[in-house]
Amino acid sequence: MILPPASPDSSERQRLMGVLARAPRAAIETVLATFGPLPPHREMRKPETGLVTLRGRIGGGGDAFNMGEATVTRASVRLETGEVGHAYALGRDATKARLAALIDAAFQNPSLHDSVIAAVFEPLLQAEAEGERRKTEETAATKVDFFTMVRGED
Amino acid sequence: MYVAVKGGEAAIRNAHRLLADRRRGDPAVPALHPSQIVEQLALGVDRVMAEGALYDRDLAGLALMQARGDMIEAIFLVRAYRTTLPRFGYSLPVDTGAMQIERRISATFKDLPGGQVLGPTFDYTHRLLEPELAEGGEPPAPERREVAAEASPRVTDLLGHDGLIEPDGNGDGEVTDITRTPMEFPLPRDGRLQALARGDEGFLLALAYSTQRGYARSHPFVGEIRIGEVEIELDVPELPFPAPLGRVRLTECQMVNQFKGSAKAPPQFTRGYGLVFGQSERKAMAMALCDRALRAGEFGEDIVAPAQDEEFVISHSDNVQATGFVEHLKLPHYVDFQAELDLVRRMRAEQQEATDIKEAAE
Repeated sequence: MILPPASPDSSERQRLMGVLARAPRAAIETVLATFGPLPPHREMRKPETGLVTLRGRIGGGGDAFNMGEATVTRASVRLETGEVGHAYALGRDATKARLAALIDAAFQNPSLHDSVIAAVFEPLLQAEAEGERRKTEETAATKVDFFTMVRGED
Repeated sequence: MYVAVKGGEAAIRNAHRLLADRRRGDPAVPALHPSQIVEQLALGVDRVMAEGALYDRDLAGLALMQARGDMIEAIFLVRAYRTTLPRFGYSLPVDTGAMQIERRISATFKDLPGGQVLGPTFDYTHRLLEPELAEGGEPPAPERREVAAEASPRVTDLLGHDGLIEPDGNGDGEVTDITRTPMEFPLPRDGRLQALARGDEGFLLALAYSTQRGYARSHPFVGEIRIGEVEIELDVPELPFPAPLGRVRLTECQMVNQFKGSAKAPPQFTRGYGLVFGQSERKAMAMALCDRALRAGEFGEDIVAPAQDEEFVISHSDNVQATGFVEHLKLPHYVDFQAELDLVRRMRAEQQEATDIKEAAE
């Protein structure tokens, strides 16, 4: 098996794949509309839905145990220029997996890399951050502020 | 001799057609879409995911709709569906300490880093029906409060620093998978937790209640309950890093129970653990209480109550298995029953004969 080259931007690629996995398909389609024409490519692995067993840890930090399963869909795409993109995401959305794999492939292409960052990665990240901030603030409003009532002289 | 009896095809076909009609209900009432169930009956969806042991909100919503709201039927549908899919592997263990908190409370400490966060809870509601829900209309937008980022460490980690509480342990040995290998008792704790995580909420709740009423007393406190989303990652051969899969919502319960010590080790609190798909703190609490009760052997406690009996608890906690065996009784047992009928007639005849002989002798 040919191992993928360990590229210096592995962590950035991982972050991109994370944002794509979490984003709703509609959000990906919206940002792709501003990306311009999609690079020529073919499917290397058709979208496939399967199960991943989710693991927790006993007590939160101890031995692993199996909690149950989740549906996951994966796909792989190869650009005509040779880059191979992969996608994995919870759920059963084949279109989303195909689009995410295509974006991952484009990210690895030197001439497309920057526009993937500017037109796809950053807008998705920003939309996600806004949603998270709203949720965090709504949750924070339900935080209990304790106050103590002092009664008596001493 | 075995006689096969056929028949009923038309009746079955028509029954299923009738089922589809009754499921739809009054056509004057707009039909539901599964997305409405997913969004507006979210905790029912969570229960189907937890006990169906499959995290997929849309599928659980569809199952609930198809089952006309029958939870166990919906769970059965989800369990059946998951057997049709290939398996991609096991995720890396989730880090609940890094959870995006939606609710987090502790009954043991008032002031703790991250604070007491109520989230969308039924607690402190008056349990009065709200007829205005039937009139529609949108609720007011939630209040918001700007906050500086603050970590919410697990309460058990805070107590753990002083050795007052039993540590998590950190082995990374073989992980039991009850879906791959048949269960054999005694099960290791990881196997029990896997069974409890998919166990019937009502059954586990009743057992947990029994421990509070004195059947395996364990004197529990809720160290912490947290609900929120955690990241899922999967090691895959085609990537040089774990593939991020997205987030799932979980409920975690850390139950803190009374002490265990020995001549060598000073007394410390013991623990029970619950971790469940979705927002389901009743289930997570029941799971944690059952987990602790089932550790009786480990702590040298007398096994005197049902909740401590591993084979009893685990073998009867799965509601799909339970409903399968109970409900199979309604399927035709004509031949079995005929045999029993013959037997009871023969027994009665023999008894009558014996009485007749006795009377004749007198």
